[in-house]
Amino acid sequence: MKQCEANCAACESLGTPEQEAKLHAVIAESKSTPGCLMHILQEAQAIYGYLPMQVQKTIAQELGIPLSEVYGVVTFYSQFSLTPKGKNRISVCLGTACYVKGADKILQEVEKQLGIKCGECTADGLFSIDSCRCVGACGLAPVMMIGEEVYGKLTPDMIGKILDEHREASK
Amino acid sequence: MVNLKINNIPVSVPEGSSILDAARLAHVEIPTLCYLKNVACVGSCRMCLVEATGARGLVAACVYPVSEGMEVQTNTPKCRKSRKVTLELLLSKHKKKCLSCERNNNCELQRLSVEYGADEDRFEGELQNTPLDDSNPCVVRDNDKCINCMRCVAACKKQHVGAIGPIGRGFHAHVGSAGGVQLKDSSCVGCGQCVVACPVGALTVKSNIPEVQAALEDPAKHVVFFTAPSVRATLGEAFGLPVGTNVEGKMVAAIRRLGKCSVFNMDITADLTIMEEATELLNRIQTGGVLPMFTSCCPGWVRFVEQTHPEMIPNLSTCKSPQEMFGGLLKTYYCEKNNIDPKDLFVVSVIPCSAKKFECKRPEMNGEVDVALTTRELARMIKTAGIKFTELPDEAFDDPFATCSGGGTIFGATGGVMEAALRVAAKTLDGKFEVVDFPEVRGTNPIKEATYKVAGKTIRVAVASGLENAETVIQSLQSGEKKYDFVEIMACPGGCVNGGGQPTLPDSVRNNVELRDERAKALYASDKQNKLRLSSETPVIDCLYKEYFGAPNSHKAHEVLHTSYKPDPRV
Repeated sequence: MKQCEANCAACESLGTPEQEAKLHAVIAESKSTPGCLMHILQEAQAIYGYLPMQVQKTIAQELGIPLSEVYGVVTFYSQFSLTPKGKNRISVCLGTACYVKGADKILQEVEKQLGIKCGECTADGLFSIDSCRCVGACGLAPVMMIGEEVYGKLTPDMIGKILDEHREASK
Repeated sequence: MVNLKINNIPVSVPEGSSILDAARLAHVEIPTLCYLKNVACVGSCRMCLVEATGARGLVAACVYPVSEGMEVQTNTPKCRKSRKVTLELLLSKHKKKCLSCERNNNCELQRLSVEYGADEDRFEGELQNTPLDDSNPCVVRDNDKCINCMRCVAACKKQHVGAIGPIGRGFHAHVGSAGGVQLKDSSCVGCGQCVVACPVGALTVKSNIPEVQAALEDPAKHVVFFTAPSVRATLGEAFGLPVGTNVEGKMVAAIRRLGKCSVFNMDITADLTIMEEATELLNRIQTGGVLPMFTSCCPGWVRFVEQTHPEMIPNLSTCKSPQEMFGGLLKTYYCEKNNIDPKDLFVVSVIPCSAKKFECKRPEMNGEVDVALTTRELARMIKTAGIKFTELPDEAFDDPFATCSGGGTIFGATGGVMEAALRVAAKTLDGKFEVVDFPEVRGTNPIKEATYKVAGKTIRVAVASGLENAETVIQSLQSGEKKYDFVEIMACPGGCVNGGGQPTLPDSVRNNVELRDERAKALYASDKQNKLRLSSETPVIDCLYKEYFGAPNSHKAHEVLHTSYKPDPRV
C-alpha cells in the first residue's frame, strides 16, 4: 500500500485492490460474531502491516461502531501499530535482563545508525524499530530481533554490520 | 422481589437491581463518580465500594446485583478508607486549579474529597500536561482535570455520535477523538451532553460572557436579550430553587438589571417557527414534496444530519431555528421600525444549549445573533452583578415581543414543537377543530408515534429525543418499516430542558430526580395557564405577517426566516 506518511484522517486509500478485497472479506466473515473487533484488527494488520486510519474507518463503518471505539482499542494494545513497519522489523528487548546488560545503548545505536526513533520507519521502508519486553532469551542478553532472527550478546559496535547484512539481503 | 438489608435497614427491590438501586430505597447515599443514571454504569471508578455478605472483598454497588438475604454495609472503616485512597490517587493527577475552575463548588471530586477528608498532597503524582482543546465553538476540553470516569464517552456514544473515546493505556490513557484530532475535526455535534455528564471541570462550554459585558458597557450599542422557552424552567436551579420552578418574571428582572437592554421572549419566534413550519408541512403534503419533514429547530440535530445522514437533508424543514428567526427579525424588521442601524444592534440569545453557539456562527446566519449565552452563563452574570435573584420582583418581557402562545412555550420539551405544529396545522385544515392538547406526543419516552385524522387527511407523526433515538427513526424510515409525514427531533434526551447549557446538578440529584420530567412540567403548566394556546393566535405574529412578511412562506419570509444546509460527512 502506498504509504501516507502522516497516516492522516483525510487519506482515503484502502491500498491495492487485493488488500481492499481481503479486508472486506475479513470483516464480512467475522462481522456477526460478538467481540469480533480484535480479530478483525489483527487480520487487518496482517494485510497492511499496520492500521491506517482509513482501514480503521472502514472497520468502524462496517461494524456500525464509532471510529473512536476502534481507535481506542488500537491504541490500547501494543500489538497494534498506527505507523507502517519496515521490511526488516527490528525489535530491541528492553526487559530487565537485557536492560541491565546495556540494552538502552543497543537501542541508541540502532536509532543512530538508521536516523529514526523507536516506533518509526525509515523513509526507504527497509527498517523499523520497536522495543519489546523479553523474548525469552535472557541468557543471551542483550538481545534484539530482526524479523524472526534473534541476535544475542550484542555490543553497540556489532550493530552496523548486522544492519548492513539485512540491507544487502533486501536488495 | 429480593429482600436485603442496607446498613441494617430492610428493603425489597426487584430482581436484577443493583446495591445502589436498593440503597436509594433505604435512603442511604453511596458516593459515585463514573455512574450516572440513564447514561453510564461500568463500575470503574471504585468510589461506590461497599461490603456485602457473600462477596469477596469490597464490591462496586453500582454494578453488583442484590441477592436474597444479603446484608450490605456502606459506611465501614474499610469502605471509607478505600474511597479516601481512591480520591487521593485521583487528586494526584488532577490539575487542582479549583479556585479558578468553572465547576468550583459544583464539582463531584471536590465535594467527595471534602466529605472523605482526602489529602490532595498525599501522593506526589504527575499531570499528563495535555494542551487545552478549545478548537470547537461549543465544548472545551481540559484533560488535565479529567478523572477518566468516561461519563462523557458514554454520553457521546448514547447520542450515536461517538466523537470521543478512551485512547492509549496506563498513565497515558485519556479521552480524545480518533486519530488524536481536535474536537473541531471530530464528529462532535456540539450537543453538550458530555459537559452536563462531566463530574469535574474537564469539560465546559465556551464562555461568551466578556463579549456581552463589553456590549452592555458600550453606549453606542443597543443590546437586546431574548430567552429561550426552557431557560425559565431551569435558571432557578442555579440559585438553589427546586427543580421545575418557573422563574420567568425573576429572569426578566435580573437581565434588566445587568445593564441597559431590552428583554424579549423567544417563545414568540417559536410561534413564528410554527407558522412557517406548519405551512411548509401542509405545502409538502399538498404538492407531493419530500416527506417526512423533519423539524430543524435543534442545531445539534441539524449538524447530525449534515454529518451522519446528509442523504436526509431534503427532509429537513428549511425553517431557521427560533433563535435565528429572532436574530433575523431583530436585524431587519425591528431595526427598520426603530431606526436602528443593524450594526449597532447587539443581539444576545439566552439558550439551554451549547450547539446554538455553533449555530449563530454558521455563515448562512450572517451573524444575526451576536452571542448565544447558556443558562449557566446567564446565572454566572447575574451572580457577578451582585443581583439577589431570589429576592427579585417578577417583571414582564418588553413589548412588542412579550406575549406568546402556550405552543411557543412548550418548544423547550420533547414533543413540544410537534404539539404546537399540530395545533396550528389542524386548525388550518379544519377551522372547527377545537382540540389543543395532544398527550400522545408528550412525555420522555424515547420515540413517540401518533396518527391524526383532520379534514379527511391522515397525518402520521413521530417524536424522538436523543440522537440515538433519532438514528432509530432514520433507520426505520430507510428500511421502509415506518412511514411518517412529520417528525420532530431534539438532540438532547428530553429536549431543551435537558440541554448541554443547562445548570449542572450533582449526581446526588441527577441520580434521584427525573430532571427532564420535572423541568418539562413547568413548561406544560405555563402552557395550560396561557389563554393563547395556538401560535397563530399570538397578536404580534398576526401583526408581523400583516406589516412585514405578508404570509407564511412568502418571499420575504423565505429571505429572513428560512435557510439551507450542506453535507459535511464525518465518521
